[in-house]
Amino acid sequence: MKEDTIVCRCEDITLGELRKMIKEGYTTLDEIKRISRLGMGPCQGDTCLQIAAREIANITGKDLSEIKMPTSRPPKTGIKLKELAGEYKDEE
Amino acid sequence: MKNKADVVVIGGGVVGNSIAFNLAKEGVKDVVVLEKEYLTSGASGRCGAGIRQQWGTEMNCRLAKASMDIFENINEELGVDRDIELKQGGYLLLAYSEKEIEQFRKNIKLQNSLDIPSREISLEEVKEIVPYINLDGVVGATYCPTDGHANPFYTTIAYAEAAEKLGVEINTYTEALDIKVENGKIKGVETNKGFIETETVVNAAGDFAKEVGKMAGIEIPVRPERHEIMVTEKVNPLQKPMVMSFSYDIYCQQTPDGSFIMGYGPEDPPESHSRKSSWYFMEKMAHKTTKLLPKLEELRVIRQWAGSYTMTPDSQPIIDGSEDVDGFYMAVGFSGHGFMMSPMTGKIIAKMITGKEAPIDLDLTLKRFERGNLILEPSVV
Repeated sequence: MKEDTIVCRCEDITLGELRKMIKEGYTTLDEIKRISRLGMGPCQGDTCLQIAAREIANITGKDLSEIKMPTSRPPKTGIKLKELAGEYKDEE
Repeated sequence: MKNKADVVVIGGGVVGNSIAFNLAKEGVKDVVVLEKEYLTSGASGRCGAGIRQQWGTEMNCRLAKASMDIFENINEELGVDRDIELKQGGYLLLAYSEKEIEQFRKNIKLQNSLDIPSREISLEEVKEIVPYINLDGVVGATYCPTDGHANPFYTTIAYAEAAEKLGVEINTYTEALDIKVENGKIKGVETNKGFIETETVVNAAGDFAKEVGKMAGIEIPVRPERHEIMVTEKVNPLQKPMVMSFSYDIYCQQTPDGSFIMGYGPEDPPESHSRKSSWYFMEKMAHKTTKLLPKLEELRVIRQWAGSYTMTPDSQPIIDGSEDVDGFYMAVGFSGHGFMMSPMTGKIIAKMITGKEAPIDLDLTLKRFERGNLILEPSVV
């Protein structure tokens, strides 16, 4: 794959940028997410996190299974505020 | 990892990194930061990213104003080239009763006396600033045009990078397990990666401040509680200020990248380190937001999360050196407002440790809670 291939389509992050972060020492997905916003867009990381995990494994020599996925945050897909508000009932 | 340090800072959030940077800048040689997860993994990376100077106590006003002055010149201050996404679109505070606007007027007097450019504005002006706002029940408002937003991840990383450039050692995934104290003096810190000999420790552990205090035998009266928050997809610039109300219980701001961040304070939350989000929050938050800011109803929520406020009895932080254990310092209990106060906090602690004059007048000692006569901060969501 070319270095200018987009790996995170929501935040326009290229493979080259991803590799640079890993080589700078950001070798966990939690760290990469926070310094680049990778995985924080509307797709919730569905595309980019697997690619990023594989790159971390390749560069650090770790096994892919050792790369921890960040906490998955609801909702799974975007929901309009008006739809959520319609579900609200005044009780906790 | 070093096995000997001049100062060990426990906590890799924005406060800990600000302290580490300022210590190095003051000439302290071996500064070591311990962070049990990754930088910003606690409250720094979970907060609402707002920067507010409209406070109701003198101490909070002073800390917030001096911190905003630093945020405005952060690249010069740190000597690193990182955009922290500062946006000064102001904070618009809404009052829903005569009593509330009376309190705001008192606050404004205090704020103005400390050079914070806040003022009361008419409801017509509110409409000019946020044309789509629903003013049902609103009796008054205040506005401070220099309040705003910055990116807490980038701010923390900027401090960390600046600190590392000055020789600070930052250890992520490194947990402080115990603090060795002998005859009222700090001797070192035990970590999961070995022992560090030191005479000075700074507790900047956020919602674990109480636990870190106990390691040194010091009771710190803080209470962590879970607060939730959510964010929408990005859209073109639409809303300039943070819209906030204490009685309606909401804050909602559009960040420079276009997404809207919003939250409200839970009622009587239990003491907890929980970082789990709840479905109920998302529905209630959406209900509150669409009522107050109807135009946002078409926006899609893309993510929700939670973090801790670390509350003190007066909702003001503890920025102090211990009277009981020599060499134990605290920058804790920010009560939900640590990010916005972190730049000045780092300076104060660094001056305190190096025995230099405090940059601003502050009285935020631990012992104030024993003395009583607390001045309570009235303005917290």
